[in-house]
Amino acid sequence: MFREPWEAQAFAMAVELHARGAFTWPEWAHALSREIAAAGARDSGEDYYLHWLAALEKLVTEKSLASARELSERKDQWDRAARATPHGEPIVLGREAES
Amino acid sequence: MAHDDHHHDHAEGSQLSDTALRVRALESLLIEKGYVDPAALDALIETYETKVGPRNGARVVARAWCDADFRKWLLDDATAAIASLGHTGRQGEHMVAVENTPEVHNMVVCTLCSCYPWPVLGLPPVWYKSAPYRSRAVIDPRGVLDEFGVTIDEAREVRVWDSTAEVRYLVVPMRPEGTDGWSEDELARLVTRDSMIGTGVALDPADLDAAGS
Repeated sequence: MFREPWEAQAFAMAVELHARGAFTWPEWAHALSREIAAAGARDSGEDYYLHWLAALEKLVTEKSLASARELSERKDQWDRAARATPHGEPIVLGREAES
Repeated sequence: MAHDDHHHDHAEGSQLSDTALRVRALESLLIEKGYVDPAALDALIETYETKVGPRNGARVVARAWCDADFRKWLLDDATAAIASLGHTGRQGEHMVAVENTPEVHNMVVCTLCSCYPWPVLGLPPVWYKSAPYRSRAVIDPRGVLDEFGVTIDEAREVRVWDSTAEVRYLVVPMRPEGTDGWSEDELARLVTRDSMIGTGVALDPADLDAAGS
């Protein structure tokens, strides 16, 4: 089913956003189809949730739920927080490395 | 869900993959802005990991095999008939059941993406989402079926149904021989996921014994 936690999270976000009316299912299917079509004829299905995530990011920005810049900045914040967190501890946003 | 999504860094810190970072970025922003509720996300994941799967569809098929009125209802209005057994929800809003007969074998594909009847089958297998299946199911359905080990007699028509964002199909496989008098629960064990996509047929009672289940 889900091979890694992020696949389940990406799946659930799209389903929940749709349930709350952020987009229609045909809009979602169109966004996902676009990513899958771009992957071409050799797509094995293994990268399915990568396509799913890319479709979700695009739809979220197209619907102005979050901007591409916000997403990129937030991703950098998570990266810094991860690097500042000793292995095994939960990674919490806002944690910064002591230098 | 066996993998942890962070790895040990050579420094003291942790490292998240680029993909995990993207997902965390998206999720934390959507939660902060109130577009999604973390409890709802957890509930959804739990539902799809534990409660929704092809056993639901198998119960629908077994009921149709046993109950002529239910079978007719399923073929006339699959959405309502399936909902009557409690299988409702996302991607099952407009269901169509297609029945295999000695004359016709049905199989289902989604050529554009991966539309699939979640309430009765759960989430699709990897091959269903692959480009080769999506393209070849329509062009060469018998060739694809052959690879699944299913040989359809030349005289029998193969019908391929292309799912859309609006309509989802459930194949009702043929009831195997030698199952007269079986209960619905027993029959449901013969109904495989693939038999409801049309890339398989229902198990033979002998297969069930062989599987030791």
